[in-house]
Amino acid sequence: MSNYAIETVGLNFSFGNQTIVKDLSLQVPRGSIYGFLGPNGAGKTTTIKILLNLLKSPADQVFIFGKEINSNRIATLKKIGALVEQPAIYGHLSGKENLINRCLLLRIAKSKVAEMLALVDLTDAADKKAGKYSLGMKQRLGIALALVSDPELLLLDEPTNGLDPNGIIEIRNLMIELATKHNKTILVSSHLLAEIERTATHVGIINKGQLLFQGTIEELHLLSKPMVEIEVDQIENASAFLVTKGYEIASKTDNRITVPFSSSADSGKLNTLLIQNGFTVSSLSKQRKDLENLFLDITKNN
Amino acid sequence: MRSIYISLVSEFYKSRKTLAFWAAILLPVVICSLVSFGFYSGADKILKLNAPGMTLWIRYAGATLNVMGILVMPFYVMFMAFSVNNIEHKNDTWKSLFAQPLNKFSIYTAKYLFAVTLIFICLFLFATLTYGFGHLLQVLVPKYTFSQYNPSNFLINSYSKLFLSSLGILSLQFIFSLIWGDFLKPIGIGFVGTIMGIVAGMVNWTYAYLIPYSLPALALQVTQVKKGKDPLDFEIFAREIWVSLIYAGILFIAGYFIVTRKSIK
Repeated sequence: MSNYAIETVGLNFSFGNQTIVKDLSLQVPRGSIYGFLGPNGAGKTTTIKILLNLLKSPADQVFIFGKEINSNRIATLKKIGALVEQPAIYGHLSGKENLINRCLLLRIAKSKVAEMLALVDLTDAADKKAGKYSLGMKQRLGIALALVSDPELLLLDEPTNGLDPNGIIEIRNLMIELATKHNKTILVSSHLLAEIERTATHVGIINKGQLLFQGTIEELHLLSKPMVEIEVDQIENASAFLVTKGYEIASKTDNRITVPFSSSADSGKLNTLLIQNGFTVSSLSKQRKDLENLFLDITKNN
Repeated sequence: MRSIYISLVSEFYKSRKTLAFWAAILLPVVICSLVSFGFYSGADKILKLNAPGMTLWIRYAGATLNVMGILVMPFYVMFMAFSVNNIEHKNDTWKSLFAQPLNKFSIYTAKYLFAVTLIFICLFLFATLTYGFGHLLQVLVPKYTFSQYNPSNFLINSYSKLFLSSLGILSLQFIFSLIWGDFLKPIGIGFVGTIMGIVAGMVNWTYAYLIPYSLPALALQVTQVKKGKDPLDFEIFAREIWVSLIYAGILFIAGYFIVTRKSIK
């Protein structure tokens, strides 16, 4: 049995002459929350549509739970729940009716409806027309629709798009709960790294259809090496002095020197050293290039 | 088969609160009531014609059938084809529909069958209400001669023809409504087609039977019964019907290829 819920092998996809996805090799481990990151237009939604067989991939390039998608379409889709772009909801039906309709299509007992409504906190609005729901409620109903068949794999395309901070936190908690308590694999796309880094266990970064990084969130953090930023006077002398003492100067501005961080003790020594040699240190702090900047760096160079 | 059935049940569930669904019931109720009211309030004039049972039935049923055949039926079919697809266009639900673990052809077929079923229900009600209201008129105006003739066969034949001859339009409009999510394009094209169909039929153009929109009217020319001829003396599977069924079959299959490509972008 494959260890991956999703595996694409050198996936290529184009609309006419325009290449949308290039040599994409996703590996989404079972039970992970996989943050699928990339700026708008990077190919995230196209990839999700390919994973749902809405767009037909070339043979032997997409595997869901180890099975090739084109030759196992129906069996594969039974294991997937999805929210693609805006939630697909019938506005003239109530939230409850939307779920009942999905139950009819999937041959699921209607008793599941109340459970789903409670899970996404829509029980009170169950009989209200879904067209009159707020954006956050629609998004939650969309997630309930994706979850009603109890799928092993959830594909969520920018599920927090347009939500207020409260809504974002709710969706985030729901994802964590689904992965930890219910053992689901979740692929969640976003163009905001900050939103993903708190929930995701794994990250894939895509830009212009190419995968630029793939690994655990820790591996992504390792890419951003911490630095020590020192605000000091006589910047030129201080810098020359540190070089003679064997420090590597990463960058230098009018009043700040940045050197690689090794340990807190070492930062302390550095401070002492500068002061003992007549320099005035106004501040000294550990800096980590935040993931957002890292993300921009990774996608910028592509 | 099972997934066609499931999809069909879902179509009924989704549509049961929409105008398209209720139009199938309201349209025959309203039109038959209006015609019957005309026959009730204008009973004096009609009685002066001294028509025997068969002629009276043909006059009475023909009033509904002719309006239906020429104008209402094509537009009703267009509206039906539009509504069935518009429910997905409007809510942007094609994607989620085709991401369900169901055969794509079943989903499409169920939609088509749903439209066919609603048209059938509509025409069935027309026939039944015409029959029922005719007998009601007999009770209300005892001098009428409705009771002298049993119109069942005539009604069944006429409405079966109307039903079969409308399937060509349905398949064509179904494709237009699949391609375009808006109201104006499919209905606009259908409107122009219907006018063309009426004109072609009126001038007795030799090839009028090749225009799907003129088929219901052509199929119903039989209701203009000539004196002395048996109104039942017509075959259901006439040329117009075959043309309609061939159009329906070909366009139905073409529509499937369109829907699988179209819905995903």
